[in-house]
Amino acid sequence: MRKFTWFNAVSLTLGFAFLYIPMLILIIFSFNSSKLVTVWAGFSTKWYVELLQNEAFLDAAWVTIKVAVASSTAATVLGTMAAYVLVRGGRFAGRTLFSGMIYAPLVMPEVITGLSLLLLFIAIGLDRGVFTIVLAHTTFSMCYVSVVVSSRLVSFDRSVEEAALDLGCTPFEAFRLVTLPIIFPAVISGWLLAFTLSLDDLVIASFTAGPSSTTLPIKIFSSVRLGVSPEINALSTIMIAIVAIGVIAASLVSKQAIARRNREKKEAIQA
Amino acid sequence: MRPGRTLLILVPYLWLLALFLVPFGIVFKISLSDTALAIPPYLPTLDLSAGWSGFMEFLSELDFENYVFLTEDDLYLKAYLSSLSIALFSTVLTLLVGFPIAYGMANAPEHWRPALMMLVILPFWTSFLIRVYAWMGILANEGFLNQFLLWTGIIAEPLQIMNTNKAVYIGIVYTYLPFMVLPIYATLEKLDGSLLEAAEDLGCGRTEAFWRVTFPLSRPGMVAGSFLVFIPALGEFVIPSLLGGSSTLMIGKVLWEEFFSNRDWPVASAVAVVLLLILIIPIVLFQRNQQKQQEAEQ
Repeated sequence: MRKFTWFNAVSLTLGFAFLYIPMLILIIFSFNSSKLVTVWAGFSTKWYVELLQNEAFLDAAWVTIKVAVASSTAATVLGTMAAYVLVRGGRFAGRTLFSGMIYAPLVMPEVITGLSLLLLFIAIGLDRGVFTIVLAHTTFSMCYVSVVVSSRLVSFDRSVEEAALDLGCTPFEAFRLVTLPIIFPAVISGWLLAFTLSLDDLVIASFTAGPSSTTLPIKIFSSVRLGVSPEINALSTIMIAIVAIGVIAASLVSKQAIARRNREKKEAIQA
Repeated sequence: MRPGRTLLILVPYLWLLALFLVPFGIVFKISLSDTALAIPPYLPTLDLSAGWSGFMEFLSELDFENYVFLTEDDLYLKAYLSSLSIALFSTVLTLLVGFPIAYGMANAPEHWRPALMMLVILPFWTSFLIRVYAWMGILANEGFLNQFLLWTGIIAEPLQIMNTNKAVYIGIVYTYLPFMVLPIYATLEKLDGSLLEAAEDLGCGRTEAFWRVTFPLSRPGMVAGSFLVFIPALGEFVIPSLLGGSSTLMIGKVLWEEFFSNRDWPVASAVAVVLLLILIIPIVLFQRNQQKQQEAEQ
């Protein structure tokens, strides 16, 4: 017996106010015409115009997007492989070490991951740049992808896969025709997660970036250290808007997919 | 064994070995080296052309000097202790803020819950850096919080929150709140409502039923959430460097400065190794908790 009490209503209201008011203030003051971020002086979009003319920011944004697309795609492939090995791979030598290496990066402080990768790149004489950031991001996000994908792999009925094998599919065909379509939503959410982790990362990118490969978080961090600026507010607003649209769109799509699957199931049963 | 399966295992395995495990070996090795004015700024470096004797000489030059140094300069000890206390205090605060939210979500009508979940998860997808930055304008001396409190007359003088540990606590609670709310919500949602009915039938008041049934049964969620906040908060860098002041000592910040400002790679590596050793304890405890929970569910 659950009752939604006054106490519940108040704590939800306060909780969500705490989560959202800071971001609302940030967004509102990106439209402030004054340079002072805390005093309202009238509506203006001039910070957006200035932002779009700021080449350093645009360059950094371009680097960030390249890194995020490359690393999340590589991480999705590697992470899905890793998940498949963990869930369906059976026993093999060094399995414990393997699963340890999948879970450890999730709890590793970013400063340690960043430092260790930088020391590796220096030790093997790899010049730091976009490529090294991609390597670094792929490594930690493939672990997130594999956690997301393996939870889906665990929960689905294995007999469908076995049926495909019995009917003469090669293991790869069985994966491509049966397993992949079933785990596909998880693969997509893994990719999205890897993509946002890469967009978001400051610490690991700072360690592994070269002088010519500044990412957006590095740029934001160095200008924010000097204090609040309306241009950063404008940039933040754009980023928040993109994420909000993306997350809402993704959830609508997955809702539709679930509805379609349920409908198909019903039809299959009736037929 | 089929070649396809071997390849499937080898590719991610070798990737993680090369880019996760080997780098730690290098960090450990450099933590045993000496700082030097050279490129790279440490000695000795391994010269493979010198063969076995060169390798033995390289080994003989490694020592634990940097670790001794960490115990001699009390900056490091203080930084570790203050990271632990900041992480612990923030975790307790996050629990106090997060529990009522999770409880409210679990008691909400069922058709609200997906939307409420979405509202909790959405901030998690937005940039961490931006969420920390948002508080800089709020907590500053002339920021919104002080403006508001001065306007209401609650305070006469602006509060100094920015650049203190208080700002760091607020930053950690704010950014890690979803990690606390979601696991607690998950345990509360699964909770069998008939247990509460039974408690009330047996003469418990609502409050007593909460403390004797709901609260103890939500413990696994609270424990999981606390670890999910405590572990990353311990090595946090962005929050103390943006919201904290010069007196805020956190080990992630010390490591960063040791590396980027002092360019002392061996000491930075030693700091990293010790931090890792400290983290192993909560990580192992967390995994045990998760395993126990999984077993309980089966």
